[in-house]
Amino acid sequence: MASSNTAVGVRLPSAPRGRWRWLGGTKGVDLIARLVTLLAALSVLVVTVWLVVDLWQKSSLPRHQFGFRFLVDRVWDPVFGHFGALPFVYGTLVTSAVAMVISIPLGVGAAIFLAELAPRGLSDTLTFFIELLAAVPSVVFGVVGVFVVVPWVRTSFGPLLKDVLGFTPLFQGPDYGVGFLTAGLVLSIMVLPFIVSISREVLLSVPVELREGALALGSTKWESTWKVVVPTARTGILGSIFLALARALGETMAVTMVIGNTPKIVASLFSPGYSIAAVIANEFTEATGDLYLQSLVELGLVLFGVTLVLHALARLLVSATAQKARGAV
Amino acid sequence: MIATDAARANVTENLNPERPQEAAAVPETGKTQAAVKIKARNVDFFYGAKQVLQGISADIRERKITALIGPSGCGKTTFLRTINRMYETVKHARAEGELLLDSDSIFDLALPNLRRRVGMVFQKPNPFPKSIFDNVAYGPRVHGLANGARLTELVEQSLRGAALWDEVKDSLQKSALSLSGGQQQRLSIARALAIDPEVLLLDEPCSALDPISTAKIEELLFTIENRCTLIIVTHNMAQAARVADYTGFFLMGKLVEFNDTKTIFTTPARKETEDYITGRFG
Amino acid sequence: MNRLGWRKAVNAIMSAVTALCAVTAVAPLLFVLGILAVKGASSINWSFLTQLPKPTGELGGGMANAIVGSGQLLLLAALFGVPLGVAGGIYLSEFGGWGVPFVVRYAADLLVSVPSIVIGIFAYAVVVVRMGHFSSLAGGFALAVMLLPIVVTNTEQFLRTVPVWLREGSLALGAGHWKTTISVVVPAAMQGILTGILLALARVAGETAPLLFTAFNNDYWARGFQQPVSSLPVRIYEYALSPYDDYHRQAWAAALLLLGLVLIVNVLSRLVLAKKMASRRIA
Repeated sequence: MASSNTAVGVRLPSAPRGRWRWLGGTKGVDLIARLVTLLAALSVLVVTVWLVVDLWQKSSLPRHQFGFRFLVDRVWDPVFGHFGALPFVYGTLVTSAVAMVISIPLGVGAAIFLAELAPRGLSDTLTFFIELLAAVPSVVFGVVGVFVVVPWVRTSFGPLLKDVLGFTPLFQGPDYGVGFLTAGLVLSIMVLPFIVSISREVLLSVPVELREGALALGSTKWESTWKVVVPTARTGILGSIFLALARALGETMAVTMVIGNTPKIVASLFSPGYSIAAVIANEFTEATGDLYLQSLVELGLVLFGVTLVLHALARLLVSATAQKARGAV
Repeated sequence: MIATDAARANVTENLNPERPQEAAAVPETGKTQAAVKIKARNVDFFYGAKQVLQGISADIRERKITALIGPSGCGKTTFLRTINRMYETVKHARAEGELLLDSDSIFDLALPNLRRRVGMVFQKPNPFPKSIFDNVAYGPRVHGLANGARLTELVEQSLRGAALWDEVKDSLQKSALSLSGGQQQRLSIARALAIDPEVLLLDEPCSALDPISTAKIEELLFTIENRCTLIIVTHNMAQAARVADYTGFFLMGKLVEFNDTKTIFTTPARKETEDYITGRFG
Repeated sequence: MNRLGWRKAVNAIMSAVTALCAVTAVAPLLFVLGILAVKGASSINWSFLTQLPKPTGELGGGMANAIVGSGQLLLLAALFGVPLGVAGGIYLSEFGGWGVPFVVRYAADLLVSVPSIVIGIFAYAVVVVRMGHFSSLAGGFALAVMLLPIVVTNTEQFLRTVPVWLREGSLALGAGHWKTTISVVVPAAMQGILTGILLALARVAGETAPLLFTAFNNDYWARGFQQPVSSLPVRIYEYALSPYDDYHRQAWAAALLLLGLVLIVNVLSRLVLAKKMASRRIA
């Protein structure tokens, strides 16, 4: 039928001569392709599960020996085989807290300007630069931190803070330049782009109708932004903050280079300290004995667990806001 | 070549509401009709629990142009996509009833074979991101129909068949995306013709085109009609009246009326058809 | 009237304050670029690019082995990560039903969020412990683990932007699912997929933490994939914390080189993607 008097005047064979006919036509190829790509997709799952299981198994010694005390014991003494992670947990929390105190107002303010007040062209250009900041390798921040921020904190910023806020326990004692404050400063710059870029997008997703409604009632631009748009986007902005926090907690190189690497728990931000990621980076290759090494692995597991929870929360909040904004239209 | 010139000469005539040459040749009901190419009996169609086609029965005549008209959402496109089982890309979609291509059940044919015999042209021109040549050669290559010099010849014949050859013969290796909208749609037709389909389904092929490109496509349909059965879904009643031998009117999932075009447009049997055609419809 | 004046003043002040925030957020990038250029540019010369490091205390020497080593690690990472990632992305976009893609997407998201130092521990446990020594293979594995979820997610997203009617055009010609995917859908999304891969490579190229105890470091050329290998980020880290001025000078230069490469890839890729998105919006 098909071979006679064809539509285009060329005689064609009527039976398909596929290269894969031995597989029963395209069905076979499709099946193989589906299986092969499925395996590739599953590799992501396999690696993730493998990572969790591996870390869990390879940190069993300290879990059995110290249990939950591992996290609240303040003595880290490899020589006597006694491992308590509190100084590192403390350092991680303090540096991240400093970073968030600086980057939240700065980031949210910038996002509000970029989403609501700036003309679109300017906003896009500035956002482009801010997002590029996220691409800067952390070791580069470390270099700038060591050679520029540390001396600046020691000679200018530290003394200034001491003059103004020296009466609080946070800014007392000698300032070496390296320490919680410097690490927090560097971290705040590193996580800033995450807050700005995601908060801006969340703000932009707030429907125009809401803004117009507020403006039509006689609100100023700022009032419509602060009283209508920002509250609508609140959960999404919170999500961006969680994401930034997860970044700050897990950040390794820049912190390692400027925190001073001294396991201490003191109130002063001028004091050198230590963080979870930094102690892993510094001691992992030198760790002698299974208990020492496994204690470091357990620290990694702790870090992983914390960032995992924060990350999941962040995603949830951002997508919840996106849905709310869509529902509002 | 000949086809192109002949078609071009017809531009003005084809804009008349009645078919130019064959208007008189349209058979009176029941007499010398062409063979039945597609036979539908009580075809139902469901998206999940929702029924969108109810008991469609029709005889589509071989080497004739059949137009399907009706308001949006009436099921005409769904029926079209049932004929080459394009609906299978959608989950939970299923068709029931009897639908025959010649004597083969469409629901039983192997998908590649069915789609080789039943080609389709879509509403929006959809050239692949490849060269013009590779677009047309796509089907023959998939089905292993031709290669080398024969493939080149086949591509040329298909492009001629779609009245596009003269415009692209010097730029076959250029990206198909560089063509204009009307040219892209004729390329889609050439691509469909290259695997020598017995039936060609056209889903509102002119809705994204300007009037001049539309006229070109319509001329083209008359030259293709001699070689394969055409079914065209259209919103444009004037277009149906211009090109179709037979017309079916769909309304709310039912084929209300199916007859030769002249009858449908002059003396429709059903009140709904008349209302729709005269524009009185909702 | 007085109240209105107050409200207008608040409006003006807050506009200025948020604008200042935005400027402050942009400033660090310019500052980092500027200071790296000032401190590092003069040290990027022929010997820096072509020589091996000099022993501690001697002046001069270069980072040739670290540059090549970084390239070697990226190549290994791409070799593992790109084929798996692209194929996985194809599954999620083209073949997946509901269940598997949901779980895989979640896992990919999780894996991306893992701190890079933890990836280092994992690669150490999986490769270094088994081989008994540090190697570029271990470093490549660590970077591949970071690359994989990014490539999977990117590929899926770009494949999803390919319009349905393009797929239908191929299916309607009787082509199978795989044939349609590989010869129509993937080529249509190719530019985006490749750009995504480049961006992912640029991102892992700057990673230091996962290399510290996998690829480790090497003052000489690494032969094959069995030996420890030097890389730009690790070399920068080591030199920056050393007590020698000449090492500091080289750390600045290497940081400028690394940042320059990463930023160039980023800027170009983002411009390409922005153009692609813009053209799609018009069409």
